[in-house]
Amino acid sequence: MSGSQTMNRDVNTAVIGHFPGGVHPPERKQPASSKPIRKLALPQELILPVRQHIGPSGKVLVAIGERVDKGQRLTEAGLSQGLPLHAPTSGIIAAIEEHPTAHASGLPEQAIVIQPDGEDRWGNKHALPDYHDVEISRLLELIQEAGIAGLGGAGFPTAQKLAQQKPLKHLIINGVECEPYIAADDRLMQEHADDIIAGTRILQYITRCDSVLLAIEDNKPEAIKAIAEAIGDDPQIHLKVVPTKYPSGGEKQLIELLTGDQVPSGKLPMDIGLLMQNVGTAYAVKRAIIHGEPLLERVVTVTGESLKQRGNVWALLGTPIQHLLDESGFTPEKKQRIIMGGPMMGFTLPSSEVPVIKTTNCIMAPTEQELPSPGPELACIRCGACADVCPATLQPQQLQWLAKAKDYDELEKHNLFDCIECGACAYVCPSEIPLVHYYRKAKAEVRNIAREKAKAEQARKRFEARQERLEREKQERLERHRKAAEERKKMQQEKADKPESKTKEGDDKPAGKSAAVAAAIARAKAKKAAQAAKDSPEEDNSAKGNES
Amino acid sequence: MSLFGAVIALGVLALIFGVILGFAAVKFRVESDPIVDQIDEILPQTQCGQCGYPGCRPYAQAIADGDDINKCPPGGEATIKQLADLMGVEAKPLDDAHGEEDVKKVAVIREDECIGCTKCIQACPVDAILGAAKQMHTVIEHECTGCDLCVEPCPVDCIDMVKIKAKPETWQWDLDTVKENIKANSIPVKVVE
Repeated sequence: MSGSQTMNRDVNTAVIGHFPGGVHPPERKQPASSKPIRKLALPQELILPVRQHIGPSGKVLVAIGERVDKGQRLTEAGLSQGLPLHAPTSGIIAAIEEHPTAHASGLPEQAIVIQPDGEDRWGNKHALPDYHDVEISRLLELIQEAGIAGLGGAGFPTAQKLAQQKPLKHLIINGVECEPYIAADDRLMQEHADDIIAGTRILQYITRCDSVLLAIEDNKPEAIKAIAEAIGDDPQIHLKVVPTKYPSGGEKQLIELLTGDQVPSGKLPMDIGLLMQNVGTAYAVKRAIIHGEPLLERVVTVTGESLKQRGNVWALLGTPIQHLLDESGFTPEKKQRIIMGGPMMGFTLPSSEVPVIKTTNCIMAPTEQELPSPGPELACIRCGACADVCPATLQPQQLQWLAKAKDYDELEKHNLFDCIECGACAYVCPSEIPLVHYYRKAKAEVRNIAREKAKAEQARKRFEARQERLEREKQERLERHRKAAEERKKMQQEKADKPESKTKEGDDKPAGKSAAVAAAIARAKAKKAAQAAKDSPEEDNSAKGNES
Repeated sequence: MSLFGAVIALGVLALIFGVILGFAAVKFRVESDPIVDQIDEILPQTQCGQCGYPGCRPYAQAIADGDDINKCPPGGEATIKQLADLMGVEAKPLDDAHGEEDVKKVAVIREDECIGCTKCIQACPVDAILGAAKQMHTVIEHECTGCDLCVEPCPVDCIDMVKIKAKPETWQWDLDTVKENIKANSIPVKVVE
């Protein structure tokens, strides 16, 4: 078979480099990876947080009570990093309200609640089966309008990532999926290999790149077979099978693995001529361009021993987690934890009422026996195990000390922001220190300080601008008063000058002025005297006396 | 003779360095006092005047002139610590006479009660209130420093100081505040063999 030959050839040449560190946790991808992806019954309601990706949320376009079609746009992407949101099925907008979001904080965010009508009626679709004569900018627009964010986890708007115009050495399609339990990409590759390759070709066309590396971990033989067959003998798409090690699916780790190049600290893969997209994203791009369907659903691994039916499901965006669990035979134990994401990088959900969003790849309901709660945190014994496994070659124990001491300058010097939060350090820590938690906290704090600083700077500018304005206004007022005073003076002088000029012609100015002043004084005195005479006749004499 | 030579040599050197220093003093002249800028950089720029000076910059000037560093309640302990490091003095607790450290707040005008008197606009140190005479006023939320100065002048008491709500993107990973049954150290979850 030509497919398996391609595969074998590439297996030998797949790994050029290697990345430091890494761990081998139990994989536990069964039974999710061997069961077909299930379709679920429609939930009672779909809760769609307006913001599901990195970047600002869009403007809501619908009103409560409005009937929407499947695929109808619910929000409009405003700014550059915005992404629109679409109705995953037809129904009625039941509410637009604050709802706990799929975030470790469980804080509420604005969400659109749709009550499905069960008809699943599509609105307008603009299919584009042949994209080769369409301009690239138009394709990027279509991907943007389809609301596609990176489905690998970070949720960065795909069109924006693709729009960076730089010549590419390789386009990397990431099907590694290295985290334990998760098998969503695995199943997608097994069942929709052709669609993924079609999507990859679209991405290739957009980036004008003639070398695509499609990486899969060697613990997914079925997916490797399916993808190899779908690639056929396309000379530009190379299947790369990488050895199983966590976290080889991390963007920077996979790049090092495939090309031997390191992405410099604080730089993007784009800066060294590489671009990475997830297989799920490639699939979504294919649906968006060829079929004209926006991103409405995704594959979610629903697993854990508290569930009877473990496996992958096609979950509409906005499906409440509780619905996924109910559909999978959920028998909660005492103090049941629900985890979103995998066991290494995921977080415990504050409530099972939060919805599936664009970046949700796994929901776990483990038993206490399967995934015991961590024990109490013990003191760091400086064994250095964490430093050995860190794929970013950081010093986790040092970062932990610094994070506890809140020494943020030093943390940045120790490259805290190169930490990918993979959890390998916490996995090996014999003292059960929740290391990643400390890093997340420290990162949030550093960002907060930067935000406060920017705000303080802004306030200072505004304060100074206001001070300047007040000063200017004061000067202007004084200037105005001065001018008005001068004007008055001039007027008076002119008045005084007129009668004078008849009698004292040819006098020089100072004399004229003093004469005018004298005349004015005399006039004022006369007026005063007249006034006094009128007011009080008794004082008439004294006043006259004074005057004489 | 050798003594004479040494004196001349030193004299010439002194002259050369004198010229260089004199030139540098003119050429690289620093306009304002750099320490005031550094202090101003640390202060929170709330412009609230709780320190007794009309704004952060005047207080920075006062600190440079020897005033106490513990008069800034919005900055709190963190600011006092930084100021102490900068000025080389002992950090002291916040002076209660100037107020207490509080959570960040923002002014909100109850708009239907506003009579449009512009008094708050005049009081706002950062021009964060929008409005005109006999027109409704409103606070530009992201420009408001939460200084409190607009509350007192309002004749109809329609300005509230509201705590800033936490958002997921500004959340500080305080897991204890989420729910009591989620332990702080449950992230990440540990897989065991």
